[in-house]
Amino acid sequence: MWRDHVTEISIFTALFLLVSAMGFVASRWRAPKDMAHLDEWGLGGRNFGGWITWFLIGGDLYTAYTFVAVPALVFGAGAMGFFAVPYTVVIYPMVFLVLCRLWSVSHRHGFVTPADFVRSRFDSPVLALLVAITGIVATMPYIALQLVGIEAVLKTMGVTGESSLARHLPIIIAFAILAAYTYQSGLRAPALIAFVKDTLIYVVILAAVLYLPYKLGGWGEIFDAADAKFAASPNPNDGILLNANNQVQYVTLAFGSALALFLYPHSITGVLASRNRDVIKRNMSALPAYSVLLGLIALLGFMAIAADVQPLPGATAGTVDNNTIVPVLFDQQFPSWFTGVAYAAIGIGALVPAAIMSIAAANLFTRNIYKEYLRRDATPAQEAKASKLTSLVVKIGAVACIVFLDPQFSIDLQLIGGVIILQTLPAVALGLYTRWFHRGALIAGWAVGMSLGMWMLYQVSSPTRSHFGGSAFPLERFGFDTTMTIYAGFVAVLANLLVATALTLVLRTAQVADGGDRTSPDDYFADEGDPRVSRDDRRGVDPAPESVAGANAG
Amino acid sequence: MATPEPQTPAAAKTRAKDKSPWNWLLFVPVVVPLIPAFYNSDSPRVLGFPRFYWLQLAYILLGVAVTTLVYQLTKKRGDR
Repeated sequence: MWRDHVTEISIFTALFLLVSAMGFVASRWRAPKDMAHLDEWGLGGRNFGGWITWFLIGGDLYTAYTFVAVPALVFGAGAMGFFAVPYTVVIYPMVFLVLCRLWSVSHRHGFVTPADFVRSRFDSPVLALLVAITGIVATMPYIALQLVGIEAVLKTMGVTGESSLARHLPIIIAFAILAAYTYQSGLRAPALIAFVKDTLIYVVILAAVLYLPYKLGGWGEIFDAADAKFAASPNPNDGILLNANNQVQYVTLAFGSALALFLYPHSITGVLASRNRDVIKRNMSALPAYSVLLGLIALLGFMAIAADVQPLPGATAGTVDNNTIVPVLFDQQFPSWFTGVAYAAIGIGALVPAAIMSIAAANLFTRNIYKEYLRRDATPAQEAKASKLTSLVVKIGAVACIVFLDPQFSIDLQLIGGVIILQTLPAVALGLYTRWFHRGALIAGWAVGMSLGMWMLYQVSSPTRSHFGGSAFPLERFGFDTTMTIYAGFVAVLANLLVATALTLVLRTAQVADGGDRTSPDDYFADEGDPRVSRDDRRGVDPAPESVAGANAG
Repeated sequence: MATPEPQTPAAAKTRAKDKSPWNWLLFVPVVVPLIPAFYNSDSPRVLGFPRFYWLQLAYILLGVAVTTLVYQLTKKRGDR
C-alpha cells in the first residue's frame, strides 16, 4: 500500500517538482538571442563546454532503464548481464576520433542530425531518409522504456491502481510536465536537469555499494550467495562466470552495442551540442566515470540475491517483474528518506534521456522529412516550430505505447532498435572516413542487414516465449554443429558491410552513376571559430554565421 | 585558445589532421576487454571480487589512461 511509503513519495515528489521548475527556468539559462532556431532549441546553441557535456552525455547514455534493467539482468542471469561494463569501456577509445570528425563536418555544414550528414556526403535523399527513419524507429521504444524505469519505482512505492488509466496517471502527469518544459526550453532543459540527476545517482550508488556489502557480510559473501543461486537453477547459461556457449555472445553483444551507441540520434545530439573538438576528446576520458557507476549498479543484482529480494509480480499473472529488484532492495535495506532519494534519482534519471531522445527524434523528422519532403522552403524559425511540435507528438506516442500496449512490446522493440540502428553504420560511421561506398550499395546493404537482423531476432526463443526471446542467436541455425550463440546485430551488420562492399565493386565496374560529395576533406578537421559554409544553401545552412560569433564571445 | 583561426582554405590545410602514430594505442582498450580468456575466472579474488568482476572494472581505468594519454600526446602536435 502507498500509505506505507509516504516519506518516499514525499521526497520523490519534492525532487520531481524541483527539477520541473529547473526545466522551465532552463530556457533563460545561457539565453540565446533567438530561440526560434533549431541550433538553439535542438542543440542548446552548439556551445556546451566540458562539464555540461559530461553531465549531458552521461545523463543521456546511462539511462534510468539501464540502471534498472542491467541489475535485473545480472540478478536473473549473472555474468552475462555484466556485458554492460566491457561495452562501455570499448566505446570511448573506439569513437574518440570518429566523433571529432562528425562534430567538425557538422559544425562546418550546420548538420543537426546524422541523416543531414549522409544526405550531403552521398548526395542521396533516399539514403538520408532511410537513416532518419531508422533513427526514429530505434529511438521511440527507447523513450517508452524510460517510462518502464519510472513505473518500476512507482510500483514499489505502491502507487498503482485497478484500472489501466489509474495505474498510469502518475506517468502521464510526469510526461506532460516533461513535454511542456522540453517544448519551451529545448536541449537546455535536460542539460540543466542532468546536473541534479547525476549528482543524486552518484551519491545514492556510492552510499549503496559502501553500505550494503557491510550489511550483507562483505563482497565475498555476496558473490558466493549468487554462485549458490545459479548452481541450483536449472538454466545452464547462468552463473557468476561465462561458459563456453555464451562467451561469443558476451563479446559480440558488448562490441555490437558499443558500435550502435553513438549511431543513436540522441547520442549524436549530445555530441553536436558541444562547443569544440577538445570538449569531445576530454569527455572520452571523463565519461568512463559513468561506466564505473554502471558496473557497481550491475552488482546491485548480486546484492539483491544475497539479501534474498523477491521481485514484485509482473503485468500478467504468474510472472515476476525483475525490473523491480533494485527498488525493492533499496526499500528493504535503507531508511525511507534515503529510499525516497534513490527513487527520485531513478525517476529523474528517466526524464533526462527521454527529453533528449524526443528532441533527437523531432530533429530527424524536421530536417529529413519535413524540410526534405513537406516544406522545402521552411525558415529556421519554422523548422524550430516543427521540431517543438514533433517532440510533443513523440512523447504522447511513448506514453501511449506504455498505457495501451504490453510493456514487453517496448522491450522487444528496443531490442530490435539496437539491431536496426547498427545498419546505419556503413553510411554514417564509415561514411565519415570514406566516400568509397556507392550510395546504391549502401541502400542495398541497409536492406539486407535489416531483413537478416529481423529474421534472426524472430528466430530467437526463450524459456517463456517462442520469438523475440532475446538477441542471442544460436549458431546451429546457420548449420554449425555447436551450441554457441552470437549477437544478432553483429551478424546483420557484417552482412550489411559485405553486400555494400560487393555491390560497390559491381556498380563501379558497371559505371552506374553515383552522386557527388558536398563535403571536402578539410571539413572533417574544422574546429570552433572556423567559418561555416553556405554553399549547399538548399539545406538551410545559416547564411550569417551568427552562432559562430556567439561561440567566440562565450 | 583565442588565437585567430585560419580563414582561407589554403591556410586551413596546414592544420593538424588527427594523424598520429599514437592513435594506434586506442586499439588496446578496444581489444583487451573483448578477450574473455583474460578474465573469465573466479580466482584470484580481490576484496572478495572474483577476477571476472575486478579485472573488467579495472579495464575502465585502462580505457581512461589510454584516451588521456593519446589526447595529451596528440594535443602538442595538433596545437596551432
